[in-house]
Amino acid sequence: MNSRLLKMTFSVVIACFFALPALVQAQITEYQEKEWLNSPAASSHVGNLTGNAHAATEPYRRYCMVCHGELGDGNGESAQWLDPKPRDFTLGIFKCRSTPTGTLPTDQDLFDTIARGLDRSNMPPWNTFSSQMRADLVAWIKHYSPRWQTEKAGPPIVVPPEPEVTAERIKAGQDVFNRVQCWKCHGVEGKANGPSASTLQDDQGRPILPYNFSEGGRFKCGTTDSDLYKIFMTGLDGTPMPSFADNIKPDEAWDLVFFLRTLQPFHTKARELAKGLNLKPINPNAPPPSQ
Amino acid sequence: MKNRYKFASAVLLAIVSVALVLAIVGERVRAAGDGTITGSVKLTGTAPHMKGIDMGKDPYCAGQHKDKPATLENVVVGSNGGLQNVVLYLSEGLSASAASVVSSEEPTFDQKGCMYSPHVMAVNPDEKFKVTTSDQTAHNIHPLPAPGTGNIGWNQSQPPGAPPIEKSWKNPEVAISVKCNIHPWMHGWHVVVKGPYAITDENGNFTIKNVPAGSYTVSAWQEDLGTQTAKVTVAAGSAAKADFTFKGK
Repeated sequence: MNSRLLKMTFSVVIACFFALPALVQAQITEYQEKEWLNSPAASSHVGNLTGNAHAATEPYRRYCMVCHGELGDGNGESAQWLDPKPRDFTLGIFKCRSTPTGTLPTDQDLFDTIARGLDRSNMPPWNTFSSQMRADLVAWIKHYSPRWQTEKAGPPIVVPPEPEVTAERIKAGQDVFNRVQCWKCHGVEGKANGPSASTLQDDQGRPILPYNFSEGGRFKCGTTDSDLYKIFMTGLDGTPMPSFADNIKPDEAWDLVFFLRTLQPFHTKARELAKGLNLKPINPNAPPPSQ
Repeated sequence: MKNRYKFASAVLLAIVSVALVLAIVGERVRAAGDGTITGSVKLTGTAPHMKGIDMGKDPYCAGQHKDKPATLENVVVGSNGGLQNVVLYLSEGLSASAASVVSSEEPTFDQKGCMYSPHVMAVNPDEKFKVTTSDQTAHNIHPLPAPGTGNIGWNQSQPPGAPPIEKSWKNPEVAISVKCNIHPWMHGWHVVVKGPYAITDENGNFTIKNVPAGSYTVSAWQEDLGTQTAKVTVAAGSAAKADFTFKGK
């Protein structure tokens, strides 16, 4: 009897021994979840609003969990059917930021992403939510990743006031497009058919497509000129799209914005001006322009 | 009464400064008495075949390897079976002070011929390193640290003529995978370890310098073949030996 009890205790101890590391390895433990939910990171500040993670428990369960999962790891019930996959909040890596590559987004960035949705993915615009509810959800999202416990959001990049679009600027923009070789992925006409387009992978090794300007869809991170500016000056973290902040000066960045607009099938002033310019597409096999 | 306090504080100051000087001198003496660990890393059996790389999608890259086609660099074996690009570091036995020393070498991680040079770079946490490009084609440099390590990835472009990027890693991590999304064959490693470290040369030889006297576990990390360890005792000012052998698959 005694030895049986001993054996049982022994096996339980052994089981615990093996189970413990497994628990620790789990992306978020119950203990951590409680701790993080009560940390300052589990609140958000968007304009005058203060979001509270606890208030988002119900909305998250109702609207977000089916894809993003109970643990926020992007493994919700529906995730298996989706492509691209839902964001894994535990990594704390986000595409749409106003902050430099490798830094956390601001609360405002996350707030805007929830309302905007992400085009060409299964994330719809949740602009029917009240602002307070979105602020609460931002706080909730932040409680999933250890990054928010130790880091602050990066300093938002400065977007200078938008200059007037001119033919010279569009031409200069094409030179930037050529010099930093956007066409390697996006193609010389922005048709997402550059030489590297077909081999692109996201950080999890899943295939991913570059943006096709000629289709005229919305950008992942907004529709305005300054949204476009931010996309290539901060990069879309988690994807192959790098930050060009070191290699494009703020004024040149506006030139590039205007040139990129000419690749889209919209009636914009940039496109009108470009018609007069008669720009030739870049020759991808030409030697790179000298610095 | 006041005088007594003055006296006491003067004595205290004296003691503290003497202790400080002793500590600094002691550290120097120890540094002078630092030993080294030398040895070699060899591969036995058949070396795995390193596939050639088709760089046809970027004529510039292909042009850089016209004479000798580029191959993968996962396992690079020298003529005598020596394994190149193995990182040697002290995984156990480092004192807290030795582990907190940050090398000021500032290594360079270059993009050359659409390959990473070196293929494997080792640094201390907080040691600065430079990412440069020698190529006339655009790269994006995209390190992918594992989640939970406290190291944070980033993704920056380096078009032709771009200035160097200076960075550092916060925490130890063996090893951080580095990718270029534009050229999917480009793959390198940043190995972040505490204390003195070394990387094997083309003959598989290494020397870990500035090792304080003591007993250590030396780890040898190879990206495909894993990690091996050896116990090594280093006497003050002398050279200890450690050899490693990996088996070919």
